[in-house]
Amino acid sequence: MQHAIDKASLGPKSKALTQGVEACVHCGFCLPTCPTYDEMGEEINSPRGRIFLIKEVLEGSVPMEDALGPIDNCLGCDACITACPSGVEYDHLITAFRAKAESERSQPLGRKLMRSMILNTLPYPNRAKWAFRAGGLVRPFKGLMPKSIQPALDLLPPTLPKAEYLPEIYPAKGPRRGRVALLTGCVQQVLAPEINRATLEVLSANGVETVIPKDQACCGALALHTGAEKRALKTARQLIRSIPDDVDALITNAAGCGSGINEYSILFAGEPDEAEAIALADKTKDISSYLDEIGLIQPPPLAESMNVVYHDACHLAHAQGERSAPRNILTAIPNLTLLEPPDWEICCGSAGIYNIEKPDVARALGEKKVTNLMSTEPDAVALGNIGCMTQIQKHLESYEKAPPVLHTVQILAKAYSD
Amino acid sequence: MELLPELAKLYPSDRLFTKKSQLITYETDGLTSFRSEPLAVVVPESNEEVIATVRLCHKAGIPFVARGSGTSLSGGSMPVEGGIVITLNRLNKILKIDPENRFTVVQAGTVNLKVSQAVAAHGLYYAPDPSSQQICTIGGNLAFNSGGAHCLKYGMTANHVLAIKAVLADGEVIEIGSESGDTLGPDASGFFCGNEGLFGVALEVTLRLTPKPQRYCTLLAAYNSLKKAGDAVSSVVDSGLLPGAMEIMDRLAIKAAEMAVKAGYPQDAEALLIVELEGETDAVEEDFKHLLALIENTGAYETRVAANEAERLTIWKGRKSAFSAVGRLSPDYLVQDGVVPRSRLGEALVKIETYSKEYGIDVANVFHAGDGNLHPLIMFNGKEEGALHRAEELAGKILKMCVEMGGSITGEHGVGVEKKAYMPEMFSEIDLECMKRVRAAIDPKEIANRGKMFPGGEAPALSTVGSHPLEKAGIISRE
Repeated sequence: MQHAIDKASLGPKSKALTQGVEACVHCGFCLPTCPTYDEMGEEINSPRGRIFLIKEVLEGSVPMEDALGPIDNCLGCDACITACPSGVEYDHLITAFRAKAESERSQPLGRKLMRSMILNTLPYPNRAKWAFRAGGLVRPFKGLMPKSIQPALDLLPPTLPKAEYLPEIYPAKGPRRGRVALLTGCVQQVLAPEINRATLEVLSANGVETVIPKDQACCGALALHTGAEKRALKTARQLIRSIPDDVDALITNAAGCGSGINEYSILFAGEPDEAEAIALADKTKDISSYLDEIGLIQPPPLAESMNVVYHDACHLAHAQGERSAPRNILTAIPNLTLLEPPDWEICCGSAGIYNIEKPDVARALGEKKVTNLMSTEPDAVALGNIGCMTQIQKHLESYEKAPPVLHTVQILAKAYSD
Repeated sequence: MELLPELAKLYPSDRLFTKKSQLITYETDGLTSFRSEPLAVVVPESNEEVIATVRLCHKAGIPFVARGSGTSLSGGSMPVEGGIVITLNRLNKILKIDPENRFTVVQAGTVNLKVSQAVAAHGLYYAPDPSSQQICTIGGNLAFNSGGAHCLKYGMTANHVLAIKAVLADGEVIEIGSESGDTLGPDASGFFCGNEGLFGVALEVTLRLTPKPQRYCTLLAAYNSLKKAGDAVSSVVDSGLLPGAMEIMDRLAIKAAEMAVKAGYPQDAEALLIVELEGETDAVEEDFKHLLALIENTGAYETRVAANEAERLTIWKGRKSAFSAVGRLSPDYLVQDGVVPRSRLGEALVKIETYSKEYGIDVANVFHAGDGNLHPLIMFNGKEEGALHRAEELAGKILKMCVEMGGSITGEHGVGVEKKAYMPEMFSEIDLECMKRVRAAIDPKEIANRGKMFPGGEAPALSTVGSHPLEKAGIISRE
């Protein structure tokens, strides 16, 4: 599309902010995969509508204030990227624009406090643990709490699982085929520590040695996807410093983290350490992609046959373009039947902290998602992202016989141990 | 009468958009070279609200346009400046499915593909398949009598519309056609199809459903020249085979589609021909053997057959993404929609190539070869001074060529704003005059999609109702 944006005024982010506007041909192919368009049926709450709106804000004809509603409504699920034939890099556009919006907006105190509370706890496993415990204690008194924090309380688990001890190095079994570093994740460590354990076991069974840097920090994805750029930069820098040079890859097992690191080129644009950040991003791989690349060592059959429905996490399928590797892994397991749900491309409504900030849309999407998953009558749900896991588990609560929700590597680890 | 306060009585504030930030997102459709800001956008949730809106517009003399998903490639759903946009996206329910009598009744805002999905369990589908079928709406398909790759065998939208409930521009509600498709007298719903929004707004449409073919056989043939591919089409047709679809893409279109969806098309080909046969298993498989033998003699240097449904869908995904994918090759482009007699396809393509060189402008070609419907994509950079103007000039030249060869300026995208200047190339003054009278009978104030289809500015030639100018001049006579 044509535009009259003054690129020079946008600094190092000008490419991220204008590529989408230039590449968009307004064909509308993004509309059917956009969860907010599906829900509201309004151009302004569609990807191409937001692109148009961003263009007008950057051209100076619409004030930033008027664009914030529809921009905040976007889940950042990136389904539109998969659907787009014209190559619009919507992920870069929305991330860069959110950072710009965040620095210019005046926000109500409630939202400010809520965001600050989330971004000061979730990315830090110890703080998150205490916050979840405190949250669990106050949950019975939810009705007395301010409205803005009620959805957050709803997502909390009644009890926290025991923390998993992670060694500094987890050795490979058999001849060594690779050496990687593991990003242990923030929220995931607290809510589902067994995912890291399963990841280590699976890597080991595949002849891969894993380093777990003790001083690693949050990748910054949660902050980056909400526009809190300075905060994201700070923890991302610490993560970069902590990863040793001699590893083949940095492995992520939460899709949100992987896609966040993929966006370091936007976060670090114009920063002195841009090159190092991009180098780490290039080295970062989802656990499923890595295993698929090195070639999975044939797992033995599961003790009992299992029908597994695979849920595509947006940040893996759309943001990282990875749909085949998890499926290759699951179908390699004898005794496992892979099921495909309808509307795979539509977000489950988790989307970072979206389910806390926009509970109504998130609830509608969550309900649709579990209905679609359950229509395949699965014995288990497999996926690759902790956010989706929490959201889907929560919406499965209403089912009498809810199947377990597992990370792909948890099922693989089970096969290796059966 | 002031229209906005009246609309505000009809709609709550979250369904009446008047702020600039909201209005700009409706400024354009699939043809972004043309934009226009409306006075307001309304989001009705019932037929009654649509009818009341049209009546208010009629009373106030303010123009309106109905809009589905805004995918028009001719500017058909672009707002009329200072007018009202009536969005039909929330009127998207499937009201009735009658599998036994093979029809369905849907609201106008229903997405084309959703119709097929809703009736799939009965072994039926809705045949017309525009490339944007996953998002374009039935209301828009009806207004533009949309086609698609498979319309070669099954016909355009008009062949699948049995009945229509609509509100005309003056507020009158009509019901035309019948569920059985049998009508006494002229085919009124056929007459409504393709009106480009100039008659009013369709509310509910009764669609014919078609049994799903038992078997599809799809082949992809690669050629080292466009002409050979064009000639192959003629030999398929001459053989008496009736494929469901026959499509050609040229080198640039192949490149763009490959970048977009990685369909695995042969990248060194000058032209790709897709031919699909469909129907009952035995007959199709027998015909397909003939087709393969025939294609072997057309000089294709590579022929691939889709081995399964997934491969077939990949072939089609590339083709159906081609328009939007050209966005990867050029920041701006005009999608053309001319038609030439199929027998003169090769000749037309050579001419387009000559014009393209003459203007120094790249033209990608994607077309429904079976019915001679060309889609040249004229690429330009709108930032260059005069580039759009030159691209439009080239587009005009191609359209004139189509008409001279005995074809048409539009096959399926409609006239809209984009091709209205070329109407006189195809129609005489008398023809146009006749069309204007029809319009005036239905929409005396010319408020429905004003400024579209007819050449010239707004509200054309109302004054000429009465004797025709040529009658007055004594050139023609009715006796």
